[in-house]
Amino acid sequence: MPLPPPIPSASGIVPEPKRTGVELTVNGERYVHTGDPDMPLLWWLRDVLRLTGTKYGCGVGACGACTVLIDSKPARACLTPVLAARGRNVTTVEGLADPLGRLHPVQRAWIEEDVPQCGYCQAGQLLAAAELLARKPQPSDADIDAIPNLCRCGTYPRIRRAIRRAAAIASGETP
Amino acid sequence: MNAGSGYTRRGFLRVLAVAGGALVVGIPARASAQQDGREDLAILGDSWTALNAFVRVEPNGHVILGARAPDMGQGTRTSLPRIIADEMDADWTQVKVIPLPLGVEDDHGTPRWLYGPQSAGGSTSIPDAWRDLRQAGAAARWLLVQAAAARTGLPPDQLRTEAGWVITPDARRLGYGELAADAGKLSLPDAGVALKSPQAYRLIGKAARGVDVPAIVTGQQKFGYDHYWGDGLIAMIVRCPYFDGELDHLDAGAALAIEGVEQVLPLPAMPAGTLLGRGPLVAGVAVLAKDTWSALKGRAALDVRWKPRSGGAAASTTALESQADRVLKGAATTLVRRNGDFAHAFRTAARRIQAQYTVPFVAHATMEPQNCLVRIDPDHAYLMAATQTPRSAFEVVRQITGLGPGQISIEMPRIGGGFGRRLDNDYVAEAVLLAKAVGKPIKLQWTREDDLGHDVYRPFGVHALAAGVDRKGQIVAWRQHLASTSKLWRRGVPAARLWTSELYPDDPPAGMVANLELAWFALDFPLPRGNWRAPGHTANAFAVQSFLDEIAHASRQDPLKLRLALLGSPRLLPYSSHGGPTLDTGRLANVLQLAAQRIGWGSRAPAGHGRGLACHFTFGGYVAHAFEVSVSDGKLAIHRAVAAADVGRVIDPNGVDAQISGGTLDALSTALNLAITVRDGTVVQQNFPDYPLARMAEMPREVEVIQVPSQSDPAGAGEMGVPSAAPALANAIFAATGVRLRRMPFKPGIARIG
Repeated sequence: MPLPPPIPSASGIVPEPKRTGVELTVNGERYVHTGDPDMPLLWWLRDVLRLTGTKYGCGVGACGACTVLIDSKPARACLTPVLAARGRNVTTVEGLADPLGRLHPVQRAWIEEDVPQCGYCQAGQLLAAAELLARKPQPSDADIDAIPNLCRCGTYPRIRRAIRRAAAIASGETP
Repeated sequence: MNAGSGYTRRGFLRVLAVAGGALVVGIPARASAQQDGREDLAILGDSWTALNAFVRVEPNGHVILGARAPDMGQGTRTSLPRIIADEMDADWTQVKVIPLPLGVEDDHGTPRWLYGPQSAGGSTSIPDAWRDLRQAGAAARWLLVQAAAARTGLPPDQLRTEAGWVITPDARRLGYGELAADAGKLSLPDAGVALKSPQAYRLIGKAARGVDVPAIVTGQQKFGYDHYWGDGLIAMIVRCPYFDGELDHLDAGAALAIEGVEQVLPLPAMPAGTLLGRGPLVAGVAVLAKDTWSALKGRAALDVRWKPRSGGAAASTTALESQADRVLKGAATTLVRRNGDFAHAFRTAARRIQAQYTVPFVAHATMEPQNCLVRIDPDHAYLMAATQTPRSAFEVVRQITGLGPGQISIEMPRIGGGFGRRLDNDYVAEAVLLAKAVGKPIKLQWTREDDLGHDVYRPFGVHALAAGVDRKGQIVAWRQHLASTSKLWRRGVPAARLWTSELYPDDPPAGMVANLELAWFALDFPLPRGNWRAPGHTANAFAVQSFLDEIAHASRQDPLKLRLALLGSPRLLPYSSHGGPTLDTGRLANVLQLAAQRIGWGSRAPAGHGRGLACHFTFGGYVAHAFEVSVSDGKLAIHRAVAAADVGRVIDPNGVDAQISGGTLDALSTALNLAITVRDGTVVQQNFPDYPLARMAEMPREVEVIQVPSQSDPAGAGEMGVPSAAPALANAIFAATGVRLRRMPFKPGIARIG
């Protein structure tokens, strides 16, 4: 659709035309993506926004390193075109803490249990765990087993402990 | 501002005072300064970002420690600085750790290495640090005490130090920060300074949290893949799927028409025998684009065909298995060890047992695929290289660019897993070649498919074992014939030495059985091979520790007692491979007994459950595993997992726990699920769906790690947790089901158990 020509302001400054593109919210900030709408959310977050906490691990939705939350539901950013996130709220690991910078219970628990080894998969693990706890504040072992994210270093036992600890933090059992 | 000129005994450290009153202990910034005694202090800069040293004490009391080894998850950014911090009695809460770049400078045309060993492989970072990095901390402490002595007029030996303070006999406290400027004017004694006695350790032996963890869990930690050049291009390469194949046809038109794609560039294969770093490069076509998505689209749009070398399209792992069976019937390539007369002892033994074990190729599948950033200016190259061997990466840059030692800067980011894959710098070579050809800074990114299809794989091997047992149940004859694709193939190693990566001549039961024969049989196969966590030990421990179990069952002996009898009384045996010079049979027996005790060996297991044990000596560390498992409807359940580890003095028990537990899970995941196969001259597996690393549900919920307190020098812990896990699992599955799994991966065999 052709846009009307810009109206010169009194100061002589020509306002930038309203950009068309895909509007979406990432970690509470609103963005317009004007490039290829099919670009996977993963590469847009990383290459364009430079939010590199979300990792590439496989590109086929198998490993979970790129897990983000879209409207609070886990999604594989490597398989999600930016277009599919139009008008939605995307949360990445950079946005897991609250707006005052207070860490999410899973982040605190991950630090206290010293979960990461190499650390590359952990952003995805944290978001998967945060989503699980939002859905089930006291998850069973079977609920935790259902997290499909891969960890090559073998931190699964500590992830399990940290999820339990995060559940306790969130319920106020742990100060 | 002044510069001291003292050295420790190793001639390795110096006092490098800088502006602003900081004390810096490190390495002379210029080789020439050794001759004329002057330092060019400007090169150090005036901020911690130009640390260039192991220790820096700021006037405000902050202590900045350099971590020299790349951290790929083994925790060296935490453990190495803690060794220094303890030795200098720093307050850990005031310590900031800075990863060091490759320390190199030009010494009349040859590289001079500034920081000592900086590679991460063979579990050597901790043992190396134990030998030299303690000196850096001790030197800093000595200087601070001398400065306090001068200020108070008290003799140094009346002063003590604790958590960032020098304390006088009448309890006056002088902060390290306020002493730093004075300490920076002193020199170190030529004789070196004394190290702490172990009783005085405050950090060594105490659990620590990883220094990078807060950054990791908030998404702030940068791995190699997360770095960008401001004006650089993203490079992705389509590689020839055939071993030693070459480009047959390329039409880049469609790729170049994609918005964002800037160049398409063929990379020819290296001529056979050419080594860049450690291995040859495969032929490829690079797509250079402004961002990853454009590069991926460009890559998909390439019209490219490859041709195999003559006969290359016929290679298959099925044929390799037949080759192994055939080769094992012929003459050995190398007789690795012979004691007594195996043939006679075997023939005359009361009971003879034979079994064959098969170990497939496996890939490393580091969670972060390979990547490298390179910028080549006319007189300088800059790299951000996720490598385990920065010196070898440096040699690659020299070889390709011809730049001098002072013209190459390499930083090592945090690395998303290594496991031995990043000991090879093929991806560094690709990135440097591209940056040179394109004339722009580039960031090379591998995909997962690139990674699984173009790895340096853990070798394939078939182990044929035979043993003779006498009437008392003692093993009197032992033979291990191994047919394998040597890891050292095409790595500049003469044919007569190719066995050295495959069989370790002093591994148990060598030295414990009177009539013993170890022999290696070469297999010919074109798939590239490399180092995979605890390299040859993973295969050999599986074969040897499984076979010991088979001997125990065949001769109606308890598998634990059989092993303990074999190890015999505690003694030191010579050990000529990495991890020697000796192997302590008592330490190996001890971890085995600890693991057995913890799993409840000898007590009745719950119905349907079985327990299995194994132990192994790896690179100076002693580890035993014990599992309790059951199998129902073809599905394995691991009810308990125990690992007992004696890795010498423990620097960080939390780190050792992570490494042994993680090593155990790595071994289980690999033994259960993973194999790389070759069909029609190419690798079959492409991505995680057909190379299925274990997920949480498949793995034990906990690994009970027992750490043996030890005063021995630390051995490291990165690899020891792997080798004994797979055979202990196979032994447990046998105990539970009566089915012996002799072929990895186990999953198909388990599925056949009703």
